[in-house]
Amino acid sequence: MSAPFLALPRHSSLTARFAASPAQIAALAFVALFLIAFLVVPIVRVIFVAFADRDGGFTLVNFRDFLATGLLREAFWNSIYVAAMTVLLASLIAVPLATILARFQFKGAALIHTLGVIPLVMPPFVGAVAMQLIYGRNGAINLLLNDWLGFRIPFMEGLNGVIFVEALHYFPFILLNLSAALANIDSAMEESAQNLGAHGFTLFRRIVFPLALPGYVAGAALVFVKVFDDLATPLLLNVTAMLAPQAYLKITSVGITDPMGYVISVIMILCSLGAMALSALALRGRDFATQQRGGGGLARRTLGRSGNAIAAIFIVLVLLVVLSPHIGIFLLSIGTVWSFAVLPDGYTLAHYATVVREALPLISNTVLYCGLAGLIDIVLGATLAYIVLRTRLPGRKLIEQVAMSAVAMPGLVLGIGLLRTYYDVKLPFSGESLATFWFMLVIAYAVRRLPYALSAATAALQQLHVSLEEAAESLGARKFTTLLRIVVPLMTGGLLAGFVTSFATAAVELSATLLLVTHAPDAPLAYGIYVYMQSAAGRGPGAALGVIAVVVVAIATYLAYRVAEHERGLKSRGVF
Amino acid sequence: MGEERGVTIEHVSFGYGATAVLDDISLDVAKGEFFAFLGPSGSGKTTLLRLIAGFGTPASGRILIGERDVTSLPPWDRNVGMVFQNYALWPHMTVAKNVAFGLERRKLARAEIARKVSDVLDLVDLAPFAERRPAQLSGGQQQRVALARTLVIEPAVLLLDEPLSNLDARLRVEMRSELRRLQRKLGITAIYVTHDQEEANAVADRIAVLDQGRIQQIGAPLDLYDRPANRFVATFLGTANLIEGAIDGDGHFVAGGFVLPGVGGESGSACMSVRPQDVVVGQPGNGIDAEVAEREFLGGHTRYRMQAGEQTIFADVPHRRGAEPHAVGTAVGLMIDAKQVSVLR
Repeated sequence: MSAPFLALPRHSSLTARFAASPAQIAALAFVALFLIAFLVVPIVRVIFVAFADRDGGFTLVNFRDFLATGLLREAFWNSIYVAAMTVLLASLIAVPLATILARFQFKGAALIHTLGVIPLVMPPFVGAVAMQLIYGRNGAINLLLNDWLGFRIPFMEGLNGVIFVEALHYFPFILLNLSAALANIDSAMEESAQNLGAHGFTLFRRIVFPLALPGYVAGAALVFVKVFDDLATPLLLNVTAMLAPQAYLKITSVGITDPMGYVISVIMILCSLGAMALSALALRGRDFATQQRGGGGLARRTLGRSGNAIAAIFIVLVLLVVLSPHIGIFLLSIGTVWSFAVLPDGYTLAHYATVVREALPLISNTVLYCGLAGLIDIVLGATLAYIVLRTRLPGRKLIEQVAMSAVAMPGLVLGIGLLRTYYDVKLPFSGESLATFWFMLVIAYAVRRLPYALSAATAALQQLHVSLEEAAESLGARKFTTLLRIVVPLMTGGLLAGFVTSFATAAVELSATLLLVTHAPDAPLAYGIYVYMQSAAGRGPGAALGVIAVVVVAIATYLAYRVAEHERGLKSRGVF
Repeated sequence: MGEERGVTIEHVSFGYGATAVLDDISLDVAKGEFFAFLGPSGSGKTTLLRLIAGFGTPASGRILIGERDVTSLPPWDRNVGMVFQNYALWPHMTVAKNVAFGLERRKLARAEIARKVSDVLDLVDLAPFAERRPAQLSGGQQQRVALARTLVIEPAVLLLDEPLSNLDARLRVEMRSELRRLQRKLGITAIYVTHDQEEANAVADRIAVLDQGRIQQIGAPLDLYDRPANRFVATFLGTANLIEGAIDGDGHFVAGGFVLPGVGGESGSACMSVRPQDVVVGQPGNGIDAEVAEREFLGGHTRYRMQAGEQTIFADVPHRRGAEPHAVGTAVGLMIDAKQVSVLR
């Protein structure tokens, strides 16, 4: 009885009027056009070029060239190896942390959760520089090791460095997803298994592990895709024998017409989609989160004194390692010279002064670009979420899937696609190419981050009972008034969360940025840090910029979190 | 109820694809009448209410409010007030803002809105809570805000979708007489959807009993109880003994094991319905011979399950202090007054 029926009988001719107003059709068409122009066409263009011969005919010769080139074959296996090993290393950090936090009574659990997420707010390549100073051949740790024990550990040599940096940056994806899955497990699930005689490892293997697996797999797939796509970290660590750097180098040094960049792009898309498809396959029919409500997580146990000590030592060690890039960047930003030494030789604020003198446009560019991208995302995300959940327009599901597919599209590939598609489109008046116009960066960020905003908007709208809108309509409010007065205000928390996620992740994006920035004055913060970090003298100011970026993003995230909490409090107090 | 028309439903059908939810529904609600749709879940009662409110369009048939055909009007043009099961109060607005919303849509002057809001909040005893948020109110108070928000627009008809189902038992009884009082005072046409027969009996002038998308019977609560039209109505409103049998040429009801004279009606196979409290338990040898199979003490009365040959008959005996109940296994005689029997076909 209580099933809300938006569904209208198919055989009634009058229903079309209610189901699809011209405004709704126009809104969906607008979202679709945006996605076609800036996601579908560029990606299809990339794929098309990869399979085209000189005259535009179909050919596989480019792929044969790819396979025949030793460097590219090596790059392919290196990329797979790095992504897989990163998932492994990230799991070694995240799984014990999540388990300890979910299972045991622990002082400061909230603090650990927060510290565990911090790595995400700094671009991985920024941390890479600091990590070379700490873990590199002549970094702090190896200097100490060499002095005391007479050997060095090659943490940062070649691919090891990329894996290490990426794992420290991306392990929170696994931590967050796994923690959420563990928190969703109803303790009654565990208790009823115990009641039926299961305990110890059996309990874990039969109940806890299967219920937590979907969260882990989702996180691991995300890490794989992100690492595969990351361009700046290998470049900064001078590792070029990977797919992303190869594609970038082909496009930027050989030229936009060289087909090999496109071939690599297609292979990157395939690997990305493959990882996503594998995880979807592994999760099919296992979406337990929706079947158990309330949850509350596993029954917490208290640790004995020695258990407590071991857990505490483990956590402190892990956090020290995890936060070392941040500590390193901070030291670098206030250090005078830091080379062949455990710590900087002296301390200064000069780098911050340099940044204020030279780099303020970088900051304002980032705020402008990412702010606009976030804004575009919540408008498009909220519109699409509303149409998907509240109308029966044909094609809405397909467009939602297209929007969500941006998650699996490497930023580098999107950048190449946008460049290729819009390079020859000239702007009126200035005659500048549309592809290198600064607004193209905004669009690239918006397309890439739309899935986050869309998910946030969908979640927010799902929590809104349809009757809240129906009540307004029956009191005389038309669809648009209802949207403005009821739906949008009640979605504010979710939309803001979507905005901040889009903003924060766009602020640290560099893959598409490296391709699309052509004029230094148009460059955003992440690009600026990258350029600074290229030279030894620029490292101090680069680190100072990095610290500023972390602080800006952290504040924004915290504010959004507070607003979202406030909203939730408002809604949960007994209205439904 | 032939006077002024409140709501008229003419041959309304509705469904999803091939599944019929409502099948050829016709009924009239008089102006100022308190009407109830009563039925189990899945009977289509809420769907019918929502069609009146404009949330969905019938596949066929017409809906009139007063003399106006509203079948294809959107909800916002119908001037229908709907109170939702979950109240649907907007959590981001104060009580006063919630109540003022409908008046603002009607472009009333600010002073008039303020006056009407304060009047209606007085009416539901919520004047001191005007500046609170819905989350700061109790369930009963939220319910009254939902009512005030709907009444303030002076709707042509008030629709109530299981409005009391989220309240605790005591509050529910209180609120339903309050609802009844308000409806009388305002003289508004009201339609009330519920699955609770007691609630429907208590508030409604007339009830339409729905099952499987069809109207089973329409009538005043007493009519439905005393003269159910079919087996469904007989058992859905209260408890009934349904005994399959036939009426012979002399007007006797004949079932396996007993004959009840004086029932009357056309001869042929029939079903007899009698309420448990209308079965009088006496000494063996009187009426139908039976044996006590089971008994349940329910406070005001004791319910016996009697076995009369192959028939199972329930009998309710009022309890008085000190009265000795019949023991299980005792032989008894069951007397049924033919005037208390409904014949169902």
